[in-house]
Amino acid sequence: MARLNLILLTLLTACALALVTSQHQARKLFNELQREQEHAKQLDVEWGQLQLEQSTWALHARIEKIARDRLRMSIPDAKRTQVVLPAERQAEAAR
Amino acid sequence: MNYAASPVLALRLPLWRSRLLLALIVAGFLVLACRAVYLQGWNNDFLQQKGESRYSRVLEISANRGKITDRHGEALAISTPVKSVWAIPEEVQFSSQQRTKLAALLEMPPREIDKRLNESTSFTYLKRQIPPEVAERVSELHIPGLFQNREYRRYYPGGEVMAHVLGFTGADDAGQEGIELAFNSTLAGKSGSRRVIKDRLGQIVEDLESIREAQNGHELALALDAKLQNLAFSQLKLAVDSNKAKAGAIVVLDAKTGEVLALANLPTYNPNNRSHLSGAQLRNRVITDTFEPGSTLKPFTVATALELGKVTPDTMVGTAAGSLSIGNATIHDAHRFGDMTVTQVIQRSSNVGAAKIALGLPAEAMWRMFDQAGFGSPPRLGFPGEAGGKLRPYKSWRPIEQATMAYGHGISVSLLQLARAYTIFARDGELMPLSLVRVDTPLTGKQVVAAATAHKLRDMLELAVAPGGTAPRARVMGYRVAGKTGTAHKEENGGYAAHKYVSSFVGFAPASDPRLVIAVMLDEPSAGQYYGGAVAAPVFAAVMGGALRMLGVPPDAPLKPLELPPEGSEIKEDV
Repeated sequence: MARLNLILLTLLTACALALVTSQHQARKLFNELQREQEHAKQLDVEWGQLQLEQSTWALHARIEKIARDRLRMSIPDAKRTQVVLPAERQAEAAR
Repeated sequence: MNYAASPVLALRLPLWRSRLLLALIVAGFLVLACRAVYLQGWNNDFLQQKGESRYSRVLEISANRGKITDRHGEALAISTPVKSVWAIPEEVQFSSQQRTKLAALLEMPPREIDKRLNESTSFTYLKRQIPPEVAERVSELHIPGLFQNREYRRYYPGGEVMAHVLGFTGADDAGQEGIELAFNSTLAGKSGSRRVIKDRLGQIVEDLESIREAQNGHELALALDAKLQNLAFSQLKLAVDSNKAKAGAIVVLDAKTGEVLALANLPTYNPNNRSHLSGAQLRNRVITDTFEPGSTLKPFTVATALELGKVTPDTMVGTAAGSLSIGNATIHDAHRFGDMTVTQVIQRSSNVGAAKIALGLPAEAMWRMFDQAGFGSPPRLGFPGEAGGKLRPYKSWRPIEQATMAYGHGISVSLLQLARAYTIFARDGELMPLSLVRVDTPLTGKQVVAAATAHKLRDMLELAVAPGGTAPRARVMGYRVAGKTGTAHKEENGGYAAHKYVSSFVGFAPASDPRLVIAVMLDEPSAGQYYGGAVAAPVFAAVMGGALRMLGVPPDAPLKPLELPPEGSEIKEDV
């Protein structure tokens, strides 16, 4: 009888300690999760800012200006344009 | 000493006294037990709440306002978090060195900081909406009494080009104008909150419950095409500058879907910096302003006559006199071409011709045509402040009014209504509902005139753009274009101003299978030219040509260079 009690007592103590450790582990992991979520949010914000930056650099007015001034590009005029029609439209035009 | 022999022990007390004591003690315990059960079992809310408030905290979860993008996903408006620095002036203590550093970071003179701190004792904003990096450096100064909170600021990379469509948000991140206001409920996020347990270091260790889920705002894809918008805006700007116009507006519609592909106004403003705004800059002329359209309404008169079978395109209209008297008013044509066919009335934009055709029509039929074309009622885009224009009930029309209405006077419309009404001719007689948001499932229009009538009008409008018409400058190389000019005196103080005009052009292309409808309007062009064919038509041509190329629409006309008539030699319409 006394031995059984002793075994049960040890078991109980072990369980109690396990509970404490697992609770601690859970809280630690949760804390980590929190930090990661915060990080994800920050990345989200950064992504928004990068998108903003991208669209500012990619402004059509800016691209057009660079294409014209620096790269000396221009829209080809009619004399230098050859229009290729899709096959079915070519057949239509022939008729 | 023998205590056992104490006489006290020999004393025999009555038995009830010890019983009573026992009963009282038991009763006392019972009361305590009941109270304990009551507090822990039944009535435990209050205590639990008190207990929780010792370790649990409610956290606000902020939500983002949704992005606005163009039809291809290019970002047009993005919210990004910024910080606001505020202070409790009573508690602020800083050395003069800290003060100069703070002033430098906030980019304001040190005196301004002192002024703000003296304004109130309990709360004052030092600066709102500063970038997070700067806010970080401010908090590194460790000034007591200085706090920061997180706000969102909306950025518009497109700036002035898109300003009127997008509108803007106020400091509290709620829409105040344009799309931002019209679609505020879609775009706005709902901030949430949750209850957590924090340890003594302030770290969150357990999530108790979510009180409200935070909902980020929805992303909104507009019908707008950023490239096209830029083209339309830059061409309009060129025209407004070169014609010294007071204002200008342009709208580009997709005739197939009814989507608004571009919409620009001048004067405009930069939505990222709205410190000096005037009403003129803010006005969205395309949607909220109305004007007397002038000749651009003639095709609707002719369409009514064709529908009723009163005329055919080749019916002769007696315009040889060059003027028409109704009561004591007279309508004039600027040029005399002799008698014209109905087609030529449109091609050369004859007022007398249009008036004569109108006088042969019942007022009710004309009214119904205008009404069904969408004049007189707002186009229901969901945009704030949409104008409906003025279309009086036909019962009150006098003959002279019916005659002037035939060429677009005595009626007012917005540029958007005008462009939309032309979808009738661009689409085999169907009036399209418009959309500012990208349309993924095609909408259906409302049949207003028969397809045959629409085709006839299309042919007439093509001639108006050909040499011999009023707008040869609206032609685009490689495409068949159809359209109509409008030039009207401006209304002022109840009459018409002598030298103030509104020049407009509405048209579509390619005429064989119309894809785009474009309407252009210039307000008070004052560099000499004021005819729609000379002022507005070139803008139309430039935008139409560029847009069709961008959209990859196959040409339907031979690619021969256009020969433009010499300046000012085209047929001038009547005003």
